[in-house]
Amino acid sequence: MSRLLPGDYADRTLAGHLARHGNRPACADPRQRGELIDEVERAGLTGRGGAAFPTAVKLRALAAAWPVPVVIANGVEGEPASDKDKVLLAVAPHLVLDGAVGAAELTGAREVVMVVHHAVREIVDHAVAERRMAGTDPVPVRVMTAADTFIAGEASAVVHWVERGVAAPTGRPPRLGGSGKRLGGSGKHRPGPALVQNVETLAHLALILRHGAAWFRSVGSPGEPGSMLITMAGAVHRPGVYEIETGTPVGALIELAGGAAAPPGALGALLIGGYFGTWAEAAAALPLPFSSAGLAPVGASPGAGVMAVLPRTACGLAETARITRYLARSSAGQCGPCVFGLDAIAGQLERLAAGGACDLTLVHRWLGQVRGACRHPDGTALMVASALRVFGAEADLHARGWCSEARP
Amino acid sequence: MTAPVRLAVDLIACDGRGLCAELLPELITLDDWGYPLLSGRAVPAALRGEASAAVQFCPRLALRLEAGAAGRTSGSG
Repeated sequence: MSRLLPGDYADRTLAGHLARHGNRPACADPRQRGELIDEVERAGLTGRGGAAFPTAVKLRALAAAWPVPVVIANGVEGEPASDKDKVLLAVAPHLVLDGAVGAAELTGAREVVMVVHHAVREIVDHAVAERRMAGTDPVPVRVMTAADTFIAGEASAVVHWVERGVAAPTGRPPRLGGSGKRLGGSGKHRPGPALVQNVETLAHLALILRHGAAWFRSVGSPGEPGSMLITMAGAVHRPGVYEIETGTPVGALIELAGGAAAPPGALGALLIGGYFGTWAEAAAALPLPFSSAGLAPVGASPGAGVMAVLPRTACGLAETARITRYLARSSAGQCGPCVFGLDAIAGQLERLAAGGACDLTLVHRWLGQVRGACRHPDGTALMVASALRVFGAEADLHARGWCSEARP
Repeated sequence: MTAPVRLAVDLIACDGRGLCAELLPELITLDDWGYPLLSGRAVPAALRGEASAAVQFCPRLALRLEAGAAGRTSGSG
Protein backbone atom coordinates (compact mmCIF):
# COMPACT_ATOMS: atom_id res chain seq x y z
CA MET A 1 0.00 0.00 0.00
CA SER A 2 1.63 3.28 -1.02
CA ARG A 3 -0.75 6.19 -1.21
CA LEU A 4 0.96 8.51 1.24
CA LEU A 5 4.44 7.06 1.28
CA PRO A 6 6.14 7.00 -2.11
CA GLY A 7 7.75 3.71 -3.06
CA ASP A 8 11.14 5.32 -3.35
CA TYR A 9 12.16 7.80 -0.73
CA ALA A 10 14.25 9.89 -3.11
CA ASP A 11 12.25 12.77 -4.53
CA ARG A 12 10.51 14.91 -1.97
CA THR A 13 10.88 18.13 -3.96
CA LEU A 14 7.88 20.04 -5.23
CA ALA A 15 8.69 18.85 -8.76
CA GLY A 16 8.76 15.24 -7.64
CA HIS A 17 5.52 15.69 -5.73
CA LEU A 18 3.76 17.24 -8.74
CA ALA A 19 5.05 14.50 -11.02
CA ARG A 20 3.61 11.89 -8.69
CA HIS A 21 0.32 13.50 -7.67
CA GLY A 22 -0.37 16.31 -10.14
CA ASN A 23 -1.52 19.79 -9.23
CA ARG A 24 -3.59 20.45 -6.15
CA PRO A 25 -7.17 21.11 -7.26
CA ALA A 26 -8.41 24.50 -6.07
CA CYS A 27 -11.31 24.28 -3.64
CA ALA A 28 -11.79 27.88 -2.55
CA ASP A 29 -14.97 28.51 -4.55
CA PRO A 30 -17.57 29.10 -1.82
CA ARG A 31 -20.25 27.42 -3.93
CA GLN A 32 -18.14 24.25 -4.14
CA ARG A 33 -16.96 24.12 -0.53
CA GLY A 34 -20.06 22.45 0.83
CA GLU A 35 -19.99 19.85 -1.91
CA LEU A 36 -16.32 19.09 -1.34
CA ILE A 37 -16.85 18.73 2.40
CA ASP A 38 -19.73 16.34 1.60
CA GLU A 39 -17.26 14.38 -0.50
CA VAL A 40 -14.86 14.18 2.47
CA GLU A 41 -17.78 12.90 4.54
CA ARG A 42 -18.62 10.24 1.93
CA ALA A 43 -14.95 9.22 1.98
CA GLY A 44 -15.32 8.49 5.69
CA LEU A 45 -11.99 10.09 6.59
CA THR A 46 -11.33 10.20 10.33
CA GLY A 47 -8.58 11.90 12.32
CA ARG A 48 -5.34 9.93 12.29
CA GLY A 49 -3.92 11.53 15.43
CA GLY A 50 -5.59 8.92 17.63
CA ALA A 51 -9.10 10.17 18.32
CA ALA A 52 -10.56 9.10 14.93
CA PHE A 53 -13.00 12.03 14.85
CA PRO A 54 -14.79 12.47 11.48
CA THR A 55 -12.83 15.10 9.55
CA ALA A 56 -15.84 16.38 7.59
CA VAL A 57 -17.66 17.31 10.81
CA LYS A 58 -14.77 19.52 11.88
CA LEU A 59 -14.39 21.05 8.42
CA ARG A 60 -18.11 21.85 8.21
CA ALA A 61 -18.21 23.43 11.67
CA LEU A 62 -15.13 25.56 11.02
CA ALA A 63 -16.35 26.58 7.57
CA ALA A 64 -19.38 28.12 9.28
CA ALA A 65 -17.31 29.80 12.00
CA TRP A 66 -16.68 33.50 12.31
CA PRO A 67 -14.11 35.02 12.47
CA VAL A 68 -12.50 32.79 9.89
CA PRO A 69 -10.34 30.09 11.41
CA VAL A 70 -6.64 29.28 11.32
CA VAL A 71 -5.58 25.82 10.17
CA ILE A 72 -3.03 24.17 12.45
CA ALA A 73 -1.32 21.07 11.06
CA ASN A 74 -0.41 18.91 14.04
CA GLY A 75 2.92 17.21 13.37
CA VAL A 76 4.05 17.26 16.99
CA GLU A 77 4.09 13.47 17.49
CA GLY A 78 5.26 13.57 21.08
CA GLU A 79 4.59 9.87 21.60
CA PRO A 80 8.00 8.15 21.73
CA ALA A 81 6.69 4.91 20.21
CA SER A 82 5.29 6.65 17.13
CA ASP A 83 7.25 7.77 14.09
CA LYS A 84 4.64 7.94 11.34
CA ASP A 85 4.09 11.71 11.32
CA LYS A 86 7.83 12.38 11.21
CA VAL A 87 8.32 9.89 8.39
CA LEU A 88 5.37 11.30 6.45
CA LEU A 89 6.67 14.86 6.79
CA ALA A 90 10.14 13.71 5.82
CA VAL A 91 9.16 11.85 2.65
CA ALA A 92 5.99 13.64 1.53
CA PRO A 93 5.92 17.14 3.01
CA HIS A 94 4.10 18.56 0.00
CA LEU A 95 1.21 16.14 0.36
CA VAL A 96 0.67 17.34 3.94
CA LEU A 97 0.99 20.96 2.82
CA ASP A 98 -1.54 20.36 0.01
CA GLY A 99 -3.97 19.01 2.60
CA ALA A 100 -3.38 21.89 5.00
CA VAL A 101 -3.87 24.48 2.27
CA GLY A 102 -6.92 22.57 1.01
CA ALA A 103 -8.38 22.58 4.54
CA ALA A 104 -7.75 26.33 4.67
CA GLU A 105 -9.64 26.82 1.41
CA LEU A 106 -12.50 24.57 2.52
CA THR A 107 -12.93 26.50 5.78
CA GLY A 108 -12.04 29.96 4.50
CA ALA A 109 -9.04 30.10 6.82
CA ARG A 110 -6.53 32.85 6.15
CA GLU A 111 -3.42 31.13 7.47
CA VAL A 112 -1.83 27.72 7.88
CA VAL A 113 0.48 26.98 10.79
CA MET A 114 2.57 23.83 10.54
CA VAL A 115 3.63 22.66 14.02
CA VAL A 116 6.22 19.96 13.41
CA HIS A 117 8.69 17.81 15.30
CA HIS A 118 12.17 19.31 15.34
CA ALA A 119 13.55 16.30 13.49
CA VAL A 120 11.75 17.35 10.29
CA ARG A 121 11.72 21.14 10.69
CA GLU A 122 14.32 21.78 7.96
CA ILE A 123 12.54 19.55 5.47
CA VAL A 124 9.22 21.31 6.03
CA ASP A 125 10.89 24.73 5.88
CA HIS A 126 12.45 23.78 2.58
CA ALA A 127 9.14 22.53 1.17
CA VAL A 128 7.36 25.73 2.23
CA ALA A 129 10.12 27.83 0.61
CA GLU A 130 9.75 25.85 -2.63
CA ARG A 131 6.03 26.53 -2.68
CA ARG A 132 6.54 30.21 -1.94
CA MET A 133 8.95 30.46 -4.87
CA ALA A 134 6.48 28.67 -7.13
CA GLY A 135 3.55 30.68 -5.80
CA THR A 136 1.38 27.59 -5.33
CA ASP A 137 -0.51 28.54 -2.19
CA PRO A 138 -3.28 31.10 -1.80
CA VAL A 139 -2.75 31.42 1.98
CA PRO A 140 0.43 32.12 3.94
CA VAL A 141 2.03 29.05 5.55
CA ARG A 142 4.04 29.42 8.73
CA VAL A 143 6.22 26.70 10.27
CA MET A 144 6.83 26.26 13.99
CA THR A 145 8.98 23.70 15.79
CA ALA A 146 6.88 21.76 18.31
CA ALA A 147 7.80 21.55 21.96
CA ASP A 148 9.63 18.27 22.50
CA THR A 149 7.32 16.78 25.11
CA PHE A 150 4.74 14.00 25.15
CA ILE A 151 1.82 16.28 26.01
CA ALA A 152 2.67 18.91 23.37
CA GLY A 153 0.64 17.11 20.70
CA GLU A 154 -2.68 17.28 22.60
CA ALA A 155 -4.97 19.49 20.48
CA SER A 156 -5.51 22.27 23.00
CA ALA A 157 -1.80 22.21 23.89
CA VAL A 158 -0.93 22.74 20.22
CA VAL A 159 -3.16 25.81 20.09
CA HIS A 160 -1.69 27.05 23.37
CA TRP A 161 1.80 26.59 21.91
CA VAL A 162 0.96 28.51 18.73
CA GLU A 163 -0.73 31.26 20.64
CA ARG A 164 1.52 31.72 23.66
CA GLY A 165 4.46 29.34 23.44
CA VAL A 166 3.10 27.17 26.27
CA ALA A 167 2.82 23.49 25.35
CA ALA A 168 0.24 22.60 28.00
CA PRO A 169 -3.44 21.66 27.60
CA THR A 170 -5.82 24.46 28.42
CA GLY A 171 -8.74 22.45 29.71
CA ARG A 172 -10.88 23.82 26.91
CA PRO A 173 -11.24 20.85 24.59
CA PRO A 174 -11.84 21.52 20.90
CA ARG A 175 -15.28 23.01 20.62
CA LEU A 176 -16.78 23.10 17.21
CA GLY A 177 -18.04 26.18 15.51
CA GLY A 178 -17.63 29.84 16.34
CA SER A 179 -17.28 29.19 20.04
CA GLY A 180 -14.13 27.18 19.37
CA LYS A 181 -10.57 27.82 20.34
CA ARG A 182 -9.53 31.40 20.19
CA LEU A 183 -6.26 32.48 18.73
CA GLY A 184 -5.43 36.02 19.54
CA GLY A 185 -4.00 38.57 21.85
CA SER A 186 -0.65 38.60 20.11
CA GLY A 187 -1.70 41.26 17.66
CA LYS A 188 -0.67 38.96 14.86
CA HIS A 189 -4.02 37.25 14.68
CA ARG A 190 -7.52 38.43 15.08
CA PRO A 191 -9.16 36.08 17.53
CA GLY A 192 -10.68 33.15 15.72
CA PRO A 193 -11.24 29.43 16.04
CA ALA A 194 -8.57 26.94 15.03
CA LEU A 195 -8.88 23.78 12.98
CA VAL A 196 -6.31 21.37 14.42
CA GLN A 197 -5.70 18.34 12.22
CA ASN A 198 -3.07 15.64 12.37
CA VAL A 199 -0.64 15.81 9.44
CA GLU A 200 -1.55 12.32 8.20
CA THR A 201 -5.22 13.29 8.13
CA LEU A 202 -4.30 16.30 5.99
CA ALA A 203 -2.32 14.12 3.58
CA HIS A 204 -5.37 11.87 3.13
CA LEU A 205 -7.50 14.98 2.64
CA ALA A 206 -5.16 16.15 -0.13
CA LEU A 207 -5.69 12.85 -1.95
CA ILE A 208 -9.47 12.81 -1.43
CA LEU A 209 -9.68 16.32 -2.93
CA ARG A 210 -7.79 14.96 -5.95
CA HIS A 211 -9.35 11.55 -6.43
CA GLY A 212 -12.69 11.60 -4.61
CA ALA A 213 -14.48 9.52 -2.01
CA ALA A 214 -14.95 6.37 -4.10
CA TRP A 215 -11.22 6.16 -4.71
CA PHE A 216 -10.47 6.61 -0.99
CA ARG A 217 -12.98 3.93 -0.02
CA SER A 218 -11.68 1.45 -2.57
CA VAL A 219 -9.28 0.06 0.02
CA GLY A 220 -9.62 -0.74 3.70
CA SER A 221 -12.58 -1.91 5.74
CA PRO A 222 -15.94 -0.41 4.69
CA GLY A 223 -16.70 0.96 8.15
CA GLU A 224 -13.33 2.70 8.53
CA PRO A 225 -12.07 3.00 4.96
CA GLY A 226 -8.80 4.03 3.39
CA SER A 227 -5.20 3.47 4.25
CA MET A 228 -3.35 4.41 7.41
CA LEU A 229 0.20 4.77 8.62
CA ILE A 230 1.37 2.53 11.42
CA THR A 231 4.52 2.37 13.50
CA MET A 232 5.69 -1.16 14.28
CA ALA A 233 7.91 -1.38 17.35
CA GLY A 234 9.36 -3.97 19.70
CA ALA A 235 10.16 -7.57 18.80
CA VAL A 236 9.83 -7.44 15.01
CA HIS A 237 12.69 -7.81 12.54
CA ARG A 238 12.06 -4.56 10.67
CA PRO A 239 10.52 -2.02 13.05
CA GLY A 240 9.40 1.17 11.40
CA VAL A 241 6.59 2.96 9.62
CA TYR A 242 4.31 1.18 7.17
CA GLU A 243 1.22 2.14 5.22
CA ILE A 244 -1.57 -0.41 5.40
CA GLU A 245 -5.19 -0.80 4.41
CA THR A 246 -7.37 -0.34 7.47
CA GLY A 247 -8.61 -3.68 8.69
CA THR A 248 -5.44 -5.59 7.77
CA PRO A 249 -5.12 -8.48 10.26
CA VAL A 250 -2.74 -7.83 13.13
CA GLY A 251 -0.74 -10.93 12.25
CA ALA A 252 -0.19 -9.62 8.73
CA LEU A 253 1.17 -6.35 10.17
CA ILE A 254 3.81 -8.31 12.07
CA GLU A 255 4.72 -10.17 8.86
CA LEU A 256 4.93 -6.82 7.05
CA ALA A 257 7.47 -5.71 9.65
CA GLY A 258 9.66 -8.71 8.90
CA GLY A 259 7.98 -11.13 11.27
CA ALA A 260 8.29 -11.55 15.00
CA ALA A 261 11.78 -11.48 16.45
CA ALA A 262 10.85 -14.34 18.75
CA PRO A 263 10.58 -18.11 18.40
CA PRO A 264 7.27 -19.40 16.98
CA GLY A 265 4.52 -19.23 19.58
CA ALA A 266 6.64 -17.08 21.84
CA LEU A 267 4.78 -13.83 21.27
CA GLY A 268 3.47 -12.70 24.61
CA ALA A 269 1.42 -9.56 24.21
CA LEU A 270 0.87 -6.57 21.98
CA LEU A 271 0.52 -2.95 23.01
CA ILE A 272 -1.97 -1.68 20.44
CA GLY A 273 -2.45 2.05 19.94
CA GLY A 274 0.65 3.34 21.68
CA TYR A 275 1.26 4.52 25.24
CA PHE A 276 -2.43 5.32 25.66
CA GLY A 277 -3.25 2.04 23.99
CA THR A 278 -4.37 -1.37 25.15
CA TRP A 279 -2.38 -4.47 26.02
CA ALA A 280 -3.78 -7.60 24.41
CA GLU A 281 -2.77 -11.27 24.41
CA ALA A 282 -0.92 -11.85 21.16
CA ALA A 283 -2.80 -15.07 20.43
CA ALA A 284 -6.17 -13.32 20.78
CA ALA A 285 -5.19 -10.26 18.75
CA LEU A 286 -3.28 -11.80 15.79
CA PRO A 287 -6.33 -12.75 13.69
CA LEU A 288 -8.21 -9.48 14.35
CA PRO A 289 -8.53 -6.71 11.73
CA PHE A 290 -6.58 -3.56 12.61
CA SER A 291 -9.55 -1.19 12.94
CA SER A 292 -11.68 0.11 15.80
CA ALA A 293 -14.45 -2.39 15.10
CA GLY A 294 -12.01 -5.22 14.42
CA LEU A 295 -10.00 -4.74 17.61
CA ALA A 296 -13.05 -4.33 19.85
CA PRO A 297 -12.98 -8.00 21.02
CA VAL A 298 -9.70 -7.29 22.85
CA GLY A 299 -10.85 -3.83 23.94
CA ALA A 300 -8.30 -2.06 21.73
CA SER A 301 -8.40 0.46 18.91
CA PRO A 302 -5.74 1.59 16.42
CA GLY A 303 -5.22 4.96 18.12
CA ALA A 304 -2.41 6.73 16.32
CA GLY A 305 -1.39 3.46 14.67
CA VAL A 306 1.31 2.23 17.02
CA MET A 307 1.82 -1.45 17.69
CA ALA A 308 4.53 -2.73 19.99
CA VAL A 309 5.29 -6.44 20.09
CA LEU A 310 6.36 -8.01 23.37
CA PRO A 311 7.94 -11.48 23.31
CA ARG A 312 6.99 -14.00 25.98
CA THR A 313 10.53 -13.76 27.33
CA ALA A 314 10.04 -10.12 28.33
CA CYS A 315 8.15 -8.98 31.40
CA GLY A 316 4.99 -7.09 30.54
CA LEU A 317 4.76 -5.69 34.03
CA ALA A 318 8.23 -4.18 33.83
CA GLU A 319 7.37 -2.66 30.47
CA THR A 320 4.09 -1.31 31.85
CA ALA A 321 5.84 0.18 34.88
CA ARG A 322 8.39 1.86 32.62
CA ILE A 323 5.71 3.36 30.36
CA THR A 324 3.57 4.45 33.31
CA ARG A 325 6.53 6.21 34.91
CA TYR A 326 7.24 7.95 31.62
CA LEU A 327 3.61 9.08 31.36
CA ALA A 328 3.59 10.24 34.99
CA ARG A 329 6.69 12.33 34.29
CA SER A 330 5.01 13.64 31.12
CA SER A 331 2.07 15.16 32.96
CA ALA A 332 1.83 18.86 32.21
CA GLY A 333 1.72 19.27 35.99
CA GLN A 334 -1.43 21.36 36.00
CA CYS A 335 -4.06 19.08 37.54
CA GLY A 336 -3.51 17.56 41.00
CA PRO A 337 -5.17 14.19 40.41
CA CYS A 338 -2.95 13.64 37.34
CA VAL A 339 0.27 14.79 39.06
CA PHE A 340 -0.24 12.77 42.25
CA GLY A 341 -2.34 9.93 40.84
CA LEU A 342 -0.08 8.88 37.98
CA ASP A 343 2.97 9.13 40.23
CA ALA A 344 1.30 6.93 42.84
CA ILE A 345 0.19 4.36 40.25
CA ALA A 346 3.65 4.28 38.66
CA GLY A 347 5.21 3.76 42.10
CA GLN A 348 3.00 0.76 42.83
CA LEU A 349 3.66 -0.74 39.39
CA GLU A 350 7.40 -0.33 39.83
CA ARG A 351 7.19 -2.24 43.10
CA LEU A 352 5.08 -4.92 41.42
CA ALA A 353 7.56 -5.19 38.54
CA ALA A 354 10.49 -5.47 40.95
CA GLY A 355 8.77 -8.19 42.98
CA GLY A 356 8.02 -5.99 45.98
CA ALA A 357 4.79 -5.63 47.89
CA CYS A 358 2.11 -3.93 45.83
CA ASP A 359 -1.50 -3.16 46.67
CA LEU A 360 -3.44 -3.84 43.48
CA THR A 361 -6.74 -2.93 45.12
CA LEU A 362 -5.32 0.52 45.73
CA VAL A 363 -4.07 0.74 42.13
CA HIS A 364 -7.56 -0.07 40.84
CA ARG A 365 -9.03 2.56 43.16
CA TRP A 366 -6.60 5.15 41.83
CA LEU A 367 -7.26 4.17 38.21
CA GLY A 368 -10.85 5.26 38.85
CA GLN A 369 -9.81 8.55 40.43
CA VAL A 370 -7.21 10.01 38.08
CA ARG A 371 -8.62 12.72 35.85
CA GLY A 372 -7.78 16.15 34.61
CA ALA A 373 -8.35 18.87 32.07
CA CYS A 374 -7.18 16.63 29.22
CA ARG A 375 -7.21 12.91 28.47
CA HIS A 376 -3.62 12.27 29.61
CA PRO A 377 -4.57 10.63 32.94
CA ASP A 378 -7.54 8.79 31.40
CA GLY A 379 -5.40 7.38 28.59
CA THR A 380 -2.75 6.25 31.06
CA ALA A 381 -5.35 4.60 33.30
CA LEU A 382 -6.84 2.64 30.40
CA MET A 383 -3.41 1.33 29.40
CA VAL A 384 -2.60 0.29 32.99
CA ALA A 385 -6.00 -1.36 33.44
CA SER A 386 -5.44 -3.44 30.29
CA ALA A 387 -1.98 -4.45 31.56
CA LEU A 388 -3.44 -5.67 34.85
CA ARG A 389 -5.96 -7.77 32.88
CA VAL A 390 -3.48 -9.25 30.42
CA PHE A 391 -0.55 -9.72 32.82
CA GLY A 392 -2.63 -11.01 35.73
CA ALA A 393 -0.81 -14.34 35.74
CA GLU A 394 2.52 -12.52 35.64
CA ALA A 395 1.43 -10.44 38.65
CA ASP A 396 0.75 -13.67 40.55
CA LEU A 397 4.23 -14.91 39.61
CA HIS A 398 5.73 -11.65 40.86
CA ALA A 399 3.82 -11.96 44.12
CA ARG A 400 5.60 -15.30 44.63
CA GLY A 401 8.99 -13.83 43.81
CA TRP A 402 9.16 -15.01 40.21
CA CYS A 403 9.20 -13.29 36.86
CA SER A 404 8.83 -14.87 33.42
CA GLU A 405 11.70 -12.74 32.14
CA ALA A 406 14.02 -14.35 34.68
CA ARG A 407 12.89 -17.91 34.02
CA PRO A 408 15.31 -20.06 32.02
CA MET B 1 -39.34 24.17 37.95
CA THR B 2 -35.95 25.63 37.16
CA ALA B 3 -33.57 24.23 34.55
CA PRO B 4 -31.25 21.51 35.86
CA VAL B 5 -27.71 22.51 36.75
CA ARG B 6 -24.66 20.48 37.64
CA LEU B 7 -21.32 21.16 39.24
CA ALA B 8 -18.10 21.34 37.26
CA VAL B 9 -14.54 21.95 38.37
CA ASP B 10 -11.59 23.42 36.51
CA LEU B 11 -8.87 21.03 37.65
CA ILE B 12 -6.13 23.31 36.34
CA ALA B 13 -7.28 26.05 38.71
CA CYS B 14 -8.19 23.69 41.58
CA ASP B 15 -5.59 23.41 44.33
CA GLY B 16 -7.36 20.85 46.48
CA ARG B 17 -8.23 23.21 49.34
CA GLY B 18 -11.30 21.08 50.03
CA LEU B 19 -13.71 23.82 51.07
CA CYS B 20 -16.30 22.66 48.54
CA ALA B 21 -16.45 19.19 50.04
CA GLU B 22 -17.04 20.67 53.48
CA LEU B 23 -19.83 22.91 52.25
CA LEU B 24 -21.51 20.34 50.03
CA PRO B 25 -20.61 16.81 51.17
CA GLU B 26 -23.84 15.52 49.59
CA LEU B 27 -22.43 16.10 46.09
CA ILE B 28 -18.68 16.53 46.55
CA THR B 29 -16.20 14.09 48.06
CA LEU B 30 -12.43 14.22 47.98
CA ASP B 31 -10.12 11.79 46.22
CA ASP B 32 -7.02 10.31 47.86
CA TRP B 33 -5.08 13.48 47.16
CA GLY B 34 -7.70 15.94 48.34
CA TYR B 35 -9.17 16.97 45.02
CA PRO B 36 -12.94 17.10 44.55
CA LEU B 37 -14.86 14.21 43.04
CA LEU B 38 -18.20 15.54 41.85
CA SER B 39 -21.40 13.61 41.77
CA GLY B 40 -22.40 13.68 38.13
CA ARG B 41 -26.09 14.12 38.90
CA ALA B 42 -28.04 17.35 38.66
CA VAL B 43 -27.97 19.51 41.77
CA PRO B 44 -31.27 18.85 43.61
CA ALA B 45 -33.42 21.90 44.25
CA ALA B 46 -32.93 21.53 48.01
CA LEU B 47 -29.15 21.87 47.60
CA ARG B 48 -29.09 24.82 45.20
CA GLY B 49 -28.22 27.23 48.00
CA GLU B 50 -25.35 25.12 49.31
CA ALA B 51 -24.08 24.56 45.76
CA SER B 52 -24.06 28.30 45.08
CA ALA B 53 -22.18 28.85 48.34
CA ALA B 54 -19.59 26.24 47.44
CA VAL B 55 -19.06 27.93 44.09
CA GLN B 56 -18.89 31.38 45.62
CA PHE B 57 -16.46 30.46 48.38
CA CYS B 58 -14.01 28.36 46.32
CA PRO B 59 -10.73 30.15 47.05
CA ARG B 60 -9.39 29.23 43.61
CA LEU B 61 -12.59 30.13 41.73
CA ALA B 62 -12.34 26.63 40.23
CA LEU B 63 -15.88 25.43 40.93
CA ARG B 64 -18.87 26.45 38.85
CA LEU B 65 -22.44 25.54 38.08
CA GLU B 66 -23.37 24.78 34.51
CA ALA B 67 -26.59 24.01 32.74
CA GLY B 68 -27.36 20.35 32.11
CA ALA B 69 -28.53 17.36 34.06
CA ALA B 70 -25.83 14.78 33.40
CA GLY B 71 -22.11 14.82 32.87
CA ARG B 72 -18.77 13.32 33.73
CA THR B 73 -18.26 12.88 37.42
CA SER B 74 -14.80 14.36 37.10
CA GLY B 75 -15.92 17.59 35.43
CA SER B 76 -12.99 18.53 33.28
CA GLY B 77 -13.63 22.24 33.18
